[in-house]
Amino acid sequence: MRYSGFRVIAEALTGHKGWKPVWRDPDPQPEYDYIIIGGGGHGLATAYYLAKEFGQARIAVLEKGYLGGGNVGRNTTIIRSNYLLDGNEPFYEFSLKLWEGLEQDFNYNAMVSQRGIINLIHTDAQRDAATRRGNAMIMHGADARLLSRDEVRQMYPWLNFDNARFPIKGALMQPRGGTVRDDAVAWGYARGADQRGVDLIQNCEVTGMRIENGRIKGVETTRGYIGAKKVGVAVAGSSSKVMAHAGMRLPIESHVLQAFVSEGLKPLIDGVMTFGAGHFYVSQSDKGGLVFGGDIDGYNSYAQRGNLPVIEDVAEGGMALMPAIGRVRLLRTWGGIMDMSMDGSPIIDKTHVEGLYFNGGWCYGGFKATPASGWAFAHLLAKDESHITAKAYRFDRFLKGLMIDEKGQGAQPNLH
Amino acid sequence: MIIHHPILGPRDAQEFVYLGDASLIDRPDGMTAGVEVFHDYLYNRTNPAGEHQELWYHEQGDRSWLVVTRNTVTHEITKVELARDVARSRGRTK
Ligand SMILES: Cc1cc2nc3c(=O)[nH]c(=O)nc-3n(C[C@H](O)[C@H](O)[C@H](O)COP(=O)(O)OP(=O)(O)OC[C@H]3O[C@@H](n4cnc5c(N)ncnc54)[C@H](O)[C@@H]3O)c2cc1C
Repeated sequence: MRYSGFRVIAEALTGHKGWKPVWRDPDPQPEYDYIIIGGGGHGLATAYYLAKEFGQARIAVLEKGYLGGGNVGRNTTIIRSNYLLDGNEPFYEFSLKLWEGLEQDFNYNAMVSQRGIINLIHTDAQRDAATRRGNAMIMHGADARLLSRDEVRQMYPWLNFDNARFPIKGALMQPRGGTVRDDAVAWGYARGADQRGVDLIQNCEVTGMRIENGRIKGVETTRGYIGAKKVGVAVAGSSSKVMAHAGMRLPIESHVLQAFVSEGLKPLIDGVMTFGAGHFYVSQSDKGGLVFGGDIDGYNSYAQRGNLPVIEDVAEGGMALMPAIGRVRLLRTWGGIMDMSMDGSPIIDKTHVEGLYFNGGWCYGGFKATPASGWAFAHLLAKDESHITAKAYRFDRFLKGLMIDEKGQGAQPNLH
Repeated sequence: MIIHHPILGPRDAQEFVYLGDASLIDRPDGMTAGVEVFHDYLYNRTNPAGEHQELWYHEQGDRSWLVVTRNTVTHEITKVELARDVARSRGRTK
């Protein structure tokens, strides 16, 4: 056994010199059957399922930095399937079911913790909307419960229930929602893919695409040209930059989303809580830090860092909901680049270039989608047809008026 | 971010609402342009990493629309114009 209590003790006594790298560090081959661009959660999951579930070989993942250095390693790790619309809910519920079996499947501890998520309600109209969403979830085989004010009070008696603007009247709960250790997801998929022969090639940025007679031939990279029969792009916030190599303009804007961690506290919040009206959500990490966030900054950005107004806004939201955290110190903040789409929903589809496939537009909610996104993208790459749960995630939905707009905001990415 | 408003001087970006790429000024003619052209106008974006011309609305100020030239990698703002002036210079009447 590679990891065991005995091994940890033995290594501790010998200066931890015996641990070996968990995956190979291969040089690129001249050609592959499948190239996946982007070694984030979605790219690695795609490669893993391509090899494991769809029996494909000669696969490479090309990552411009190091594996898991993108959004998969810098998000707030919430998983849930509490969507309303038909195009979304079956997909996210499929994802949640995959999360439930993931650690057994790739034999890696990803700390999947179904600690429950609640969305707070402040008005009758919100309760109606939450009831409707809960019913939609149940009809698609997910779980949902409407909590009364007293039930919320039993869980978190120290919340500000009588806030003059947003008094807490109840909550919609999904008990199976929760959190996952995000980098461990990247590592688990990477190890599983590597064990099945996938070449994980790091420090390899795709800088161009070779397209002849409408067909993809391969990609130009900082480590030379690499040929491929099929290329799948899963680069999240860099989607527009990479797809520009194929002459495409996408229904996507890149925006920065910030996240925050406080100093470690004693157990305070055992689930996940969202305060949508106050643009704030929070959970508590196993180390005790409050992990929280709010809105995207709201302007196009590739900077991977945000500005102070949102920090102030998020802190205000936190104080409005939980006055008790007033003396808690903030440990750090950071930002990641979101591929915000025009209707707030993702795209998993073919392109006008034969052999070139696209996966993106995940907005700020792509972490929970990781397993289903990888599975559906592998399905599309291997079989040339959409997975049953991802059929609505097409490019042409904007042309045909088939948008999947959960928030009803229209073509305004910074409002989704 | 500080936006140097052409009329009001330096203002905090918080006073503004952000709309997006300033190409939204160039709306195709609804009577002549086809569905494809309108689809491209409404939904597709160049979304560059680097210099970006974008529309900001001074909601908590004089309610003017501005075209701000800003670098999306550094957030540095290099030029601020009244959207009206930009639209006119591109041949629009208002
Ligand atoms: C602060 C924050 C909080 C979030 N919270 C949540 C949450 O609670 N729940 C949730 O569901 N989602 C959340 N998200 C969203 C989620 O993290 C993303 O939607 C998701 O991780 C994106 O997919 P990915 O893991 O494949 O992306 P990434 O990990 O970003 O992977 C993309 C990879 O592509 C690589 N790449 C880019 N360009 C190239 C190129 N030219 N060549 C080669 N490689 C390239 C990048 O280096 C990167 O590693 C959050 C995001 C942020 C930033």
